Amino acid sequence: MKYTGTVIRYGDNVDTDVIIPARYLNTSDRRELAAHCMEDLDPTFAGRVQQGSILVAGENFGCGSSREHAPIAIQESGVSLVIAASFARIFYRNAVNIGLAIVECPAAAAAITEGDTVEADLDAGIIRDLTTGESWQTAPFPPFIQTIIAHGGLMQAAQDGAL
Amino acid sequence: MGMTMTQKILASHAGLDTVSAGQLILAGLDLVLGNDITSPVAIKAFAAAGQQKVFDRDKVTMVMDHFVPNKDIKAAEQCKMCRDFCHAQQITHFYDVGKMGIEHALLPEQGLVTAGDLVIGADSHTCTYGALGAFSTGVGSTDMAFGMASGKAWFKVPSAIRVVLKGSLPQWVSGKDLILHLIGMIGVDGALYRSLEFTGEGAASLSVSDRLCICNMAIEAGAKNGIFEADELTLQYLREHGAAAPRIYRADDDAEYEQTIEIDLSQIEPTVAFPHLPENVRRFGEIGDVTIDQVVIGSCTNGRLEDLRIAAEILKGRKCAENVRVIIIPATQQIYLDALREGLLEIFIESGAVVSTPTCGPCLGGYMGILAKGERAAATTNRNFVGRMGHPESEVYLVSPASAAAAAVTGKLTDPREVMRA
Repeated sequence: MKYTGTVIRYGDNVDTDVIIPARYLNTSDRRELAAHCMEDLDPTFAGRVQQGSILVAGENFGCGSSREHAPIAIQESGVSLVIAASFARIFYRNAVNIGLAIVECPAAAAAITEGDTVEADLDAGIIRDLTTGESWQTAPFPPFIQTIIAHGGLMQAAQDGAL
Repeated sequence: MGMTMTQKILASHAGLDTVSAGQLILAGLDLVLGNDITSPVAIKAFAAAGQQKVFDRDKVTMVMDHFVPNKDIKAAEQCKMCRDFCHAQQITHFYDVGKMGIEHALLPEQGLVTAGDLVIGADSHTCTYGALGAFSTGVGSTDMAFGMASGKAWFKVPSAIRVVLKGSLPQWVSGKDLILHLIGMIGVDGALYRSLEFTGEGAASLSVSDRLCICNMAIEAGAKNGIFEADELTLQYLREHGAAAPRIYRADDDAEYEQTIEIDLSQIEPTVAFPHLPENVRRFGEIGDVTIDQVVIGSCTNGRLEDLRIAAEILKGRKCAENVRVIIIPATQQIYLDALREGLLEIFIESGAVVSTPTCGPCLGGYMGILAKGERAAATTNRNFVGRMGHPESEVYLVSPASAAAAAVTGKLTDPREVMRA
């Protein structure tokens, strides 16, 4: 899969309480969740995120709660890909399970800056910063996880008899 | 090569003789848990995939604990969705208002988890049950849906950090202080993707309640799970709570650990995690005056009877400071009843605290104790992220039940030993 978008960038330890505060967890409506995405960290996020935007963050992205509302809010807000130095493990599996594209790449996460245009080809494992011309190679997902991603998520992969 | 406790439990549930770190497996589940926040998303995913029936009605449990008694109309609708689903699926272990408790205090109490089990829960603090020698870990709602349908979940087999404990905790120091100390040492991603395996002669000196508290917060170091080897104390607890026959897994002598950390329990002191990360730990000697507006004693981390007894010992015959609102939340109906019969609730109310029905409520900024802009809470809960208990500019200081009770009395962060000496 290939992704191209403008970068919105955050730091280390972006937790699920700021991705979607618990006061909005009385709903599982995707649009409502997206409307409050990142609200406590960056109130401007919902206004400037675009279809295809790429989130870049530091270490331990998505730490804290298991709420799948967090990757859902990010996905529904239009973000096509999250690049981070590392992901908290529950966020990682939730993203894979719902078909939100993510990739771990510490070097890219450190170098890419806010507003850059980035292109990523996850099949080839290449991330390119089109603004600066830099590029990075990433490790491919294990085959099992590639299967889930290729089917668009865990439930779909199971339905397709792929697991 | 040998396996860790966690790896052995995963191998046995995947039908494999051995597994090694990094391997991806599909493993069978002994229990699938959800709450009133995460279950609705799972129920939708379950239905959207055309699933009709859960794999085993005895092995799926839902606990209405986050926003109950329903805090608003939307919360009521979420609980109703869970209730209707559990009724239609004839779920044996559905816990609604009147039977419920905070899930991670409730499941061990109800005997739903035993040593050697593999448990997933759509709640990050599901790692609590490692205290009973089980592998348990938090997952998302889609994992819950897949688990409800198939009885399975996928896992990447974790490597491990071994935490070797020696000695025993001093008076007024608890498992909460130990786990905060450890998170302070290794950081909020210090155990990312890994198991925290607690061992050593000091482990045996810890109560089951302390072990539950310690494993509960393994996730705050990024760990996949925390686990204690089941010992005589564990087996006694399991018997008393009517749990199924235990299967005890011991780490092999040649099990591989990425890191070994040794901690002398006798050197642990009352510890506070400052905003806005659980790793920002300090000892009371290192802090100045930090006034407190609210104290919360409760949660899946520290809402057990043992925690309430410690708080009551400090609050007995004392008054909560004028500037502090003190909220005490027994974690389950049984704990509430036991605390009532022991006279603990009377002590709390006479001190000026309020006592609430079991709920996760304020811990995650849901309701029942939301902070205004600029306010500070000392809480026995597990997270102090930005906005966790209310306004994005409020602050949460994580402490033990003893330290929370001490803050209730003085109105500021206080070493509980100071209050008890006075």
